[in-house]
Amino acid sequence: MAEATQDHYYVPTAAKWPIVGSVALTLAVTGFALYLNGSGIGMKITVLGLILFIVMLFGWFGTVIRESESGTYRSWEDVSFRMGMSWFIFSEVMFFAAFFGALFYAREYSVPWLLGEGSGASTHTYLWNDYTEIWPTNGPGDLGESDFHMHWWPLPFLNTVILLTSGITVTWAHHAIKAQHRTQIVIGLFLTVFLGFLFVFLQGVEYVEAYHEGMKLNSGIYGSTFFMLTGFHGMHVTLGAIMLTVMLFRAMAGHFTAERHFAFEAAAWYWHFVDVVWLGLFIFVYIL
Amino acid sequence: MNAQATDLYHDDHDHHGPPPGLWRWVVTTNHKDIGTLYLWFSLIMFFIGGAMALVIRTELFQPGLQVVDPHFFNQMTTLHALVMIFGVVMPAFVGLANWMLPMMVGAPDMALPRMNNWSFWILPFGFGLMLSTLFMEGGGPSAGWTLYPPLSLQTGDALPFLIFSIHLLGVSSIMGAINIIATIMNLRAPGMTFMKMPLFVWTWFITAYLLIAVMPVLAGAVTMMLTDKYFGTSFFNAAGGGDPVMFQHIFWFFGHPEVYILILPSFGLVSEIIPTFSRKKLFGYSSMVYATASIAFLSFIVWAHHMFTVGMPLAGELFFMFTTMLIAVPTGVKVFNWVSTMWKGAMTFETPMLFALGFVIMFTIGGFSGLMLAMTPIDFQYHDTYFVVAHFHYVLVPGAIFGIIAGVYYWLPKWTGNYYDETLGKVHFWLSTIFVNILFFPMHFVGLAGMPRRIPDYSVQFTDFNQIATIGAFGFGFAQILFLVLIVKCIRGGEKATDQVWEGAEGLEWTVASPPPYHTFSPQPIVK
Repeated sequence: MAEATQDHYYVPTAAKWPIVGSVALTLAVTGFALYLNGSGIGMKITVLGLILFIVMLFGWFGTVIRESESGTYRSWEDVSFRMGMSWFIFSEVMFFAAFFGALFYAREYSVPWLLGEGSGASTHTYLWNDYTEIWPTNGPGDLGESDFHMHWWPLPFLNTVILLTSGITVTWAHHAIKAQHRTQIVIGLFLTVFLGFLFVFLQGVEYVEAYHEGMKLNSGIYGSTFFMLTGFHGMHVTLGAIMLTVMLFRAMAGHFTAERHFAFEAAAWYWHFVDVVWLGLFIFVYIL
Repeated sequence: MNAQATDLYHDDHDHHGPPPGLWRWVVTTNHKDIGTLYLWFSLIMFFIGGAMALVIRTELFQPGLQVVDPHFFNQMTTLHALVMIFGVVMPAFVGLANWMLPMMVGAPDMALPRMNNWSFWILPFGFGLMLSTLFMEGGGPSAGWTLYPPLSLQTGDALPFLIFSIHLLGVSSIMGAINIIATIMNLRAPGMTFMKMPLFVWTWFITAYLLIAVMPVLAGAVTMMLTDKYFGTSFFNAAGGGDPVMFQHIFWFFGHPEVYILILPSFGLVSEIIPTFSRKKLFGYSSMVYATASIAFLSFIVWAHHMFTVGMPLAGELFFMFTTMLIAVPTGVKVFNWVSTMWKGAMTFETPMLFALGFVIMFTIGGFSGLMLAMTPIDFQYHDTYFVVAHFHYVLVPGAIFGIIAGVYYWLPKWTGNYYDETLGKVHFWLSTIFVNILFFPMHFVGLAGMPRRIPDYSVQFTDFNQIATIGAFGFGFAQILFLVLIVKCIRGGEKATDQVWEGAEGLEWTVASPPPYHTFSPQPIVK
């Protein structure tokens, strides 16, 4: 592996995958938009787009992994990847911030105002005089079927423990990479991936229970914020678990040296990010 | 896949030129190629968005309804804004950044070249989706670019296409911004310390953070709108405990930093150009940097000044009024610095300088009308009138767009290796400046007199000023054809440009040939 020098930064020549990614994304969202407008073939186009997107991911990341394994990248390129990943995670944080903002706004302003708080709002007086529900609420229009309250005990608490534990196992795997203990890397990553998918499964169990009780996505602002926040979080956990699965396979294939294993670190950063978001959810969605 | 892998394995490509044919532009990872793509895309969208503006101005030439039906008029106002913001100003800035940032900081290319390609190539697809809505049942989006619910929820088939196109444009912007940050942080030449960076680099650096912070928030807002419309959520539905005003808060949390995303790089461009043609160093370099950072910070805590009339608590009205007025301080620092740079300078007035001077004067007019709008009780009167339209068009057209045009003139000889036609450039400047004022200045008057925005009809007493504005619009629009002609002429030939191009220009980009080789600064220069 070449030593880091400032005289030659690796600039790839032709990149064929980005345009595939653009076509894939466009197909996926066009199909989904058609589906939302009631078209029969919409979902098929979406699935086609998603398959193409997955092909693109394999192709693009495959290229990068081959380059990485052949020693194309030195610490100079590595820093760019690190910045790319960290600012990508920051953008994800801001995406969640929008939904947390919606939750706080609903709880601090819109629901109290509908209850008649403040001096300016007359909605309560004239439209919904008998509305008294504080939180959780499905709104003065009593939308959806029920306003069943999601409890933090037992499943969400168990899930908190699971996700925090997976944060420990992934750190264990990281230490194992630094020490180059192959078996420990694989076990640590396997446990992390297992706990990750277990989390998603238990989240699914909780959703089924909520729907059984009539607490649905359309159950007013409580259902909206609950399912959108936990739903997007669950999608991110799934994505993070898939990333870590790739790392597991790469570790089994003998990738990652004690000094150079940025792909693993990126996936681990992402994993800690979904972990932290969950803590926010656990506190603000379930407990408070 | 394998064929490509072998192609990518050898990295000894420095001496290669670009591959032949059109495919080059699809697969390119070269920052200059991608910059060119962005700039051409932006120019094409400028004419599309401009055509929409002319439809609006044609309808408003006379009171009453004569040319288009109101629904189509509303589609035009909505799409004109979306095209100009996301399709013209932002891609033009990213194009200029792509071309110039690596050359200004002594980098071999952008830090993440493949992602750079993707950032661009999402754009045409995103806009394809957005503009295709014009041909759908129910027409294109017509609720204004701010997409306020519940009105925007009445959009027909276009709504999901619009929302997904915004998602795609957001992905493109975020990737572009990440690339710019990584390039500036990681690829600066040895000795190019942060406080030696040219101001265009600094303003883009700060803009990139704004983009990463707020584009995801816009994505979140339109996602909530999508689920409200199609999946029964109640974010913006009071019957479910939500609030339509909540959308406005989330939207403007994105929207106000977005406003600065649209102007900060132009600040940087003007801060490059004025010192060059004043043959003096920029006055107050470090205060420029700190002022830019202050504006960026303040942009996050002023958003509700767009919503003074929605019925916020008094404490909110006051807070957002004071923070908004505070922005005048760092902005004033900038204007004073530009003026001080020119003070006792050996000034010449080539086209880039003319556009930069136009920027300083007319952007300041837009800034002052912004200060008026910042005052809550006064905004109660001005809100949603043509005064607001006049204000933001002054900061965006003779502001942001003039900055971009100045930058294009400034670097066109560097890009093409030929000087542009100076006479034609000056004609372009004077026609643009005269007509842009004929176009937008009367809007102040009709706005103060109470003419509402986004309405295809108006009271007869506003006719004269509207007719003047429409004449200005056509004059300004057709003047831009000169710009296109000038660019094409410059690419095809002309007096050969020196490497230095401008006598007073300083910076690494002037140390390379005009036009620069396909790969510059590998190895990197040492900055003293």
